Amino acid sequence: MAKKITQKTKTPMPCRDAEERSHSFEEVSLGYTLEDARREAERCIECKNQPCIAGCPVEIDIPAFVKAVADGDLTRAFVVLSEKNLLPAICGRVCPQEEQCEKVCTIGRKFEPVAIGRLERFVADWAAAQGLEAEGVRVAPTDKKVAIIGSGPAGLTAAADLARRGHQVTVFEALHEPGGVLIYGIPEFRLPKSIVAREVHALERLGVEIKTNHVIGRTFTIDELFTELGYEAVFVATGAGLPYFPNIPGVNLVGVYSANEYLTRSNLMKAYRFPESDTPMIRAANVAVIGGGNTAMDAVRSAKRLGAEHAYLIYRRSRDEMPARKEEVEHAEEEGIEFLLLASPTEILGNERGRVTTIRCQRMALGEPDASGRRSPKPIPGDTFDLAVEVVVFAVGQGANPLISSTTPDLHVNKWGNIIADPETGATEKKGVFAGGDIVSGGATVISAMGAGRRAARAIDSYLAQGMTDGA
Amino acid sequence: MYPVLSNEQLAPDVHRLWIEAPHVIRKRRPGQFAILRISADGERIPLTIADVDHARGALAVIVQGVGKTTRQLNRMAPGTAVLDVAGPLGRPTDIHPGSRTCCIGGGIGAAVVYPIATGVKAQGGYVVTILGARSRDLVILEDDLSRVSDHLVVTTDDGSYGRHGLVTDALKALLDEGAVFDEVVAVGPLPMMRAVCEVTRPIGLRTVVSLNPVMVDGTGMCGGCRVQIGGEQKFVCVDGPEFDGHQVDFDELASRLRAYREQEQEAAARYDEECASADMWAV
Repeated sequence: MAKKITQKTKTPMPCRDAEERSHSFEEVSLGYTLEDARREAERCIECKNQPCIAGCPVEIDIPAFVKAVADGDLTRAFVVLSEKNLLPAICGRVCPQEEQCEKVCTIGRKFEPVAIGRLERFVADWAAAQGLEAEGVRVAPTDKKVAIIGSGPAGLTAAADLARRGHQVTVFEALHEPGGVLIYGIPEFRLPKSIVAREVHALERLGVEIKTNHVIGRTFTIDELFTELGYEAVFVATGAGLPYFPNIPGVNLVGVYSANEYLTRSNLMKAYRFPESDTPMIRAANVAVIGGGNTAMDAVRSAKRLGAEHAYLIYRRSRDEMPARKEEVEHAEEEGIEFLLLASPTEILGNERGRVTTIRCQRMALGEPDASGRRSPKPIPGDTFDLAVEVVVFAVGQGANPLISSTTPDLHVNKWGNIIADPETGATEKKGVFAGGDIVSGGATVISAMGAGRRAARAIDSYLAQGMTDGA
Repeated sequence: MYPVLSNEQLAPDVHRLWIEAPHVIRKRRPGQFAILRISADGERIPLTIADVDHARGALAVIVQGVGKTTRQLNRMAPGTAVLDVAGPLGRPTDIHPGSRTCCIGGGIGAAVVYPIATGVKAQGGYVVTILGARSRDLVILEDDLSRVSDHLVVTTDDGSYGRHGLVTDALKALLDEGAVFDEVVAVGPLPMMRAVCEVTRPIGLRTVVSLNPVMVDGTGMCGGCRVQIGGEQKFVCVDGPEFDGHQVDFDELASRLRAYREQEQEAAARYDEECASADMWAV
C-alpha cells in the first residue's frame, strides 16, 4: 500500500554560499545530514511499479536503498547501492538524475521527485567515512587477462565488474592520473578529486592493475595487446577525443581554448594554483564560454573562480534547450555567471600581438524543432553585438580520437570516427574487441558511459567463458 | 617513476639525459616525442626522443634550459627520477628509402634532426647535414651527426667555428654547387625554419619542418597545439609534429608560442631564486 506524501518538495541540499564559492574550488554542495537524508527518504511512497529502477542505466534497486535510508540502516543502504554501482559517490554528484531515475519517479508526476541522487551521494559518503568497502562478489580467479583502454567512467565500471568475476584486469591510461574525464574534465568544486582517487583505490584493492602513461595506439596497438601481452579481450573506452572549433575567423588567437584544454589545465594540471603548480593558463577579467552543456557550465564556473569579473555563457538557443544538468545551471546563475542566450559567435577579434580582445556575436531566434526535437536557432539578420573579452572557451562538442582507429585497420568506425559496436554488448567487428562510452556514442554522460561499461563487462565475461569452454 | 641514468652537459644550458622508460621506446621511430612530468606539481612537456638504447630500456632527451621545467631537468642527477614519461607520441618521420636528404639543425633543433638523419641513413639514404649555432660553444651533437651523415657542414653565426654565416647560407651554397636533394628536413628556431622554407620554396624543393608548439596532453584531446597548415587546422600532437614547411602559418605559430611568456618568465625567475638560495645553504 503506497504511503501518503507529506513533503511536496525535495529536502534542500545544503550549499556553500554563492559569493564565497564563486572564488573557491571547494565543493559547492555540502551533502545531506543524516536528518536531511531520512526526511527525504521518507518521501518515497514505495509505489508498486518502481519506475526508477528502469530509469537508472545501471539498474540500482533504488526503492530498497531509499527504504534502508528511511529506516536509518545505512549499512544496508550501501550494500544495496554497491551491488550495482561501484562508483556511487561519483554518480550521486554528476548523474543527470532529473533525466533518469528522478524523471520517472511516481511522486514526481504531481510534486518534486524523491532526490535520489542526493541520497545516493549521502550513502556513498557515509560509507567512505566509515571505511566501508563494496563487497566484491568472491569468485575463483580465472586466468583470463582483459585489457581496458581508458580509465574514465566506462573503463572503471567495466574493470570493476570484470575483476569481480575473477578476471585479471589491466587498465591502460594515457594521462598520468587515472579517472579520465572525472579527473581532467569535471572540476573539483563539483567532484572532488579525492573522491575519484578513493573509487580508483577501491578498484586496485579488487586486484585491478592501472598503468598510466600508456597511450594505446602508440605505446601498444590493440593487436599487440593480444599477440605480445597475452590479453584475451580488450575493451576500448577512450572517450571522446578531438575538440571541435567552429569555422569562424580568429579561433587560433591566443586566449581561445577548447573546454578540454581549459578544464584540463585547471583540473588535472591545477593551473589555478600557478605558480605553486607549474602549468599556466590565461586568467582573464572577461571570459566567454560558448555552449550550453555540462562542460560549458564547468568551464564558465571555473572562469569565475579563476578570477574573471565577467564570466559569460553564450548559447545559441534559450535556457529551456540547455542540455546541462538543471542544478548546474542554477548554481552558475547564483554564482553570477552572465547568460547571453540566443546568441552565436561569428568572429573573434584580436590585437597586434595575436591575443583575443573581442567576440562578435549574432543574435538568434528559435525556429521549428529540428531532428533532435529541439527548436533550432535561426540568425536574426543584422542583429549582432560585440563583447570585450580576453579569453574564449569553446564547449561545443568533440569528435572521436583517431589514435586507436588509425592503428587498428580492422576496427570499423562510422563517418564521425566513432567505433561501431553493438549497443547491447559493445562487441565490435574485431574478435575479442569491445567498445563503449563516448568513443562509441559521441559525447554523452558519465552514467551512460558506466552503463556501456557494465554491458560490455557482461559480454566480455561470457565471451571469455565461451573461450574457456572451447579450450577445455 | 622513471630513473635518470645519466646527465651530460653538451653546451651551456643544454644537457642530454638518458631516462629509463622501457614501454616508451619499444616501438619508437624517428620523429616521435615523449611527454615528461618531473613531479606532482609539474607541467607536462613534450621532448623529442633524440635516441634510444634498447639494452637499457632508455631514451635520450636533449634539453635546453629555457623555462623552469627544462632547468629543473638539466639539474637532475643520475639516481633521481622523473614522475611520468608517456609516449611515443606523434607520427614517425615519413622516410623514403634511399632518399637524398639535407638535414638542417639549428641550435637545439639538432636534437630533433639527429634521429631523423639516423633513420634516413638506416634506410639507405644519402644524408647531408647542416648543423648551425650562434657560436662554437653552442654547437651540439657534431660527432653523432657526422657518424650518420655522408657530408656535414657546421655553421656559426659569429664565425667562431665552421663556416661563418647562417644555415641558409650553407644551404644556398650547396644548391649553387649543384647539390641535388629529394627533400630538406629543417628543425630549429621558427625564424630559421621559415628562412629555410623561403630558400626552398622557389625551387619547389620539398621541406619538412618539426613543430614544437605549446602542448598539454599530447593525445589530441585538448587542441592546444593546433596550427594552420595550408589553411587547414591540424593538431601537432596527433597530425604532426612534422609538416610541409611551405604550408605552415609561422606567424600564427609564433604568436601562439608566446601565449604564456610572462608566466614562464615568472616561474623561471622564481626557480632560479630558489636554486640560488639552496646553493648558498649547500656551501
